[in-house]
Amino acid sequence: MEFWFSEHHTENVKFSVKVDKHLYTNETDLGRVDIFESLEFGKFLAVDGYIIFTERDEFIYDEMLSHVPMAVHPNPKSVLIFGSGDGGVVEELLKYKSLERIDLVEVNDGVVEACRKFFPETASSLDDERVTVYTENALRFIRHIENEYDVIIVDSAGFYGPGESLLTREFYGGCYKALKADGIMVNQHQSPFYEEDRIETQKAHKRIVDSFPISRVYQAHIPSYPSGYWLFGFASKKYRPVLDLNADAWNKLGIKTDYYTTNLHKGCFALPAYVERMLADVEKIKD
Amino acid sequence: MNQDQAPIYEALEEFRRKRIVPFDVPGHKRGRGNPDLAKLFGKQCVEIDVNSMKPLDNLCHPISVIKKAEELAAEAFHAAHAFLMVGGTTSSVQTMVLTACKKGDKIILPRNVHRSVINALVVNGATPIYVNPDMDRRLGIALGMKISQVEKAIEANPDAVAILVNNPTYYGICSNLKKIVELAHAHNMLVLVDEAHGTHFYFGENMPITAMAAGADMSSISMHKSGGSLTQSSFLLIGESVSAGYVRQVINLTQTTSASYLLLASLDISRRNLAIRGKEAFAEVQRIADYARTEINKIGGYYAYGKELINNDSIYDFDTTKLTVFTLDIGLAGIEVYDLLRDEYDIQVELGDIGNILAYISIGDRMREVERLVSALYDIQRRYRRERTGLFDHEYINPSVVMTPQEAFYAAKEEMIPIRETNGRICTEFVMCYPPGIPILAPGERITQEIIDYILYAKEKGCSMTGPEDEKIERLNVIREQTIY
Repeated sequence: MEFWFSEHHTENVKFSVKVDKHLYTNETDLGRVDIFESLEFGKFLAVDGYIIFTERDEFIYDEMLSHVPMAVHPNPKSVLIFGSGDGGVVEELLKYKSLERIDLVEVNDGVVEACRKFFPETASSLDDERVTVYTENALRFIRHIENEYDVIIVDSAGFYGPGESLLTREFYGGCYKALKADGIMVNQHQSPFYEEDRIETQKAHKRIVDSFPISRVYQAHIPSYPSGYWLFGFASKKYRPVLDLNADAWNKLGIKTDYYTTNLHKGCFALPAYVERMLADVEKIKD
Repeated sequence: MNQDQAPIYEALEEFRRKRIVPFDVPGHKRGRGNPDLAKLFGKQCVEIDVNSMKPLDNLCHPISVIKKAEELAAEAFHAAHAFLMVGGTTSSVQTMVLTACKKGDKIILPRNVHRSVINALVVNGATPIYVNPDMDRRLGIALGMKISQVEKAIEANPDAVAILVNNPTYYGICSNLKKIVELAHAHNMLVLVDEAHGTHFYFGENMPITAMAAGADMSSISMHKSGGSLTQSSFLLIGESVSAGYVRQVINLTQTTSASYLLLASLDISRRNLAIRGKEAFAEVQRIADYARTEINKIGGYYAYGKELINNDSIYDFDTTKLTVFTLDIGLAGIEVYDLLRDEYDIQVELGDIGNILAYISIGDRMREVERLVSALYDIQRRYRRERTGLFDHEYINPSVVMTPQEAFYAAKEEMIPIRETNGRICTEFVMCYPPGIPILAPGERITQEIIDYILYAKEKGCSMTGPEDEKIERLNVIREQTIY
């Protein structure tokens, strides 16, 4: 018997993972959540047939979303996270003893519930006393918040479905307003490689450039995502992502990571020529 | 009757299963002859783009499945008879006018009537008697008809044969329909209702009264607006007092003899959908609209209005599924917010005028999109808010109808006369001004200095003007002098 999970990365490209067991499935109006046990990627969670994270490579994603803004901001006390209901980003953030408050907004409480059951070690980070989990629409949550957070981390699932609202100008505008005067927002920025993803990446970039004075893009390698090559956005009111990095201060914290380093931090903002060009195409103001 | 049926749809399904070999029109033959057509619309769709034939009935003279679909629709809308219309609600409205009056007859109309009505008068030669709609000066929108105004029009024109009512208006404003019907019927006048924006009144709960329930004689229903059918499909409803056979004859004067089965099937399916789940679906629409109203009013600066507007006369009732937002208090015209929403936020709303935007909430909406709209309005307010400027204030100018729209349309004309030189001439064109969407001039009306001043002033104030052949509205077409009588 062979049991394969397949996901279309484009109409003409399919990515398949050999599955050992189908552990969980649940469908609500927010989408269908599945958890599989695989031989190569460990357990992985899919929403509407798209891989959201795998045990094997999620550390890359979580570390790049967490440590990049945390290493630039000189004194982050409060962080707001959208998505990431598995607790992976929170787990990274809890390594910062100086953090006082982590608020997490996940519209799909089914994800949180499933993760608590099948990924208890990661999900237990959500039980830390500094963490509050809100089950609410992201736009509704952020609409009336002003000047409250040092860092906002946007872990949207993708461009279609319930996560779509996390890629809109009204959302980025809401994040700008919810950040303090020196706040930083990071977000997952899709992949620049395949045509359809590229268009969405450019659109999101344009929206962020329109909303923040400083807006840069950085990259990482994530094997289970389309093309394996992924971008993140760094948007900020004051700090520049590389020039304002205090590597010594961060290294003194003694945080153990598997992907992120301050050297990698400096390098990950150096983008391939074709990516630079596609971003420049939609930028009005250059950093 | 069992509203679970959809006879046209079922006949099309049966027809598809039979795999009939087509040696008839349409010539694309199930899409085979036009691959791009089949690709764009899909095989499912082009396969049922077929011609009238015995098993599928004929819209010009229905005897089987279309007849059954009409009967089901009549029952669903509590009408004596229902007609499936494929020429848009324009064709329904024009059929009402052409049925109710003829050359030499008078018909009472609100001045903010849809252009299709005046066009019908061009066809049949009847004379319009206008009733001034009430205005809301703050919001800059036309309201319903005041009972006192209707009474006045009836007294001054006891020989009029019909009254046409816009109910609800685009903005969801309802007149006192029941009272208007009583008044009209007491004077032997028919009541025709342009109910284009009121399909859902027939299916939802706690909705304003429907034309048929109010005792109106004819009503035009834009099924494709809140009813969910394909664009251009519509229902025409009639009461007991109107002859269905005569209405059919009137419809056949102008209706296509190749009615699209896509449109007919969409009417059939949509009627079934609303009959079965309309009550729940429109309760959800109302809930979503109410939620959006509350959230938008929390932002500060915007005014999303609701039932508090009701004044028991020109706003006799309000359709709460309509989400209209007054934007002038944040210093932005409705049309500016309309453009920002589309260009900067990828959100398309139904309309923007000087003072308002209207977001159309329907059975296809979900909360997540409503959250986007509310947040986008919040962000626009945060980023673009500015000092409020004055609103163009306008007085209603009573039209001087010199000749019928038909006479004006066919009369010898002098074209492109500079607007300042037209005082005293008779206009052959429409001049519309948004807001409030009330014609300043209609064909056959005398141009006065007051009207010229008004047009120039409205243009200067940035109102959107439409209608005349000259897009810049610097020139007008008028009747040649010697034809004035």
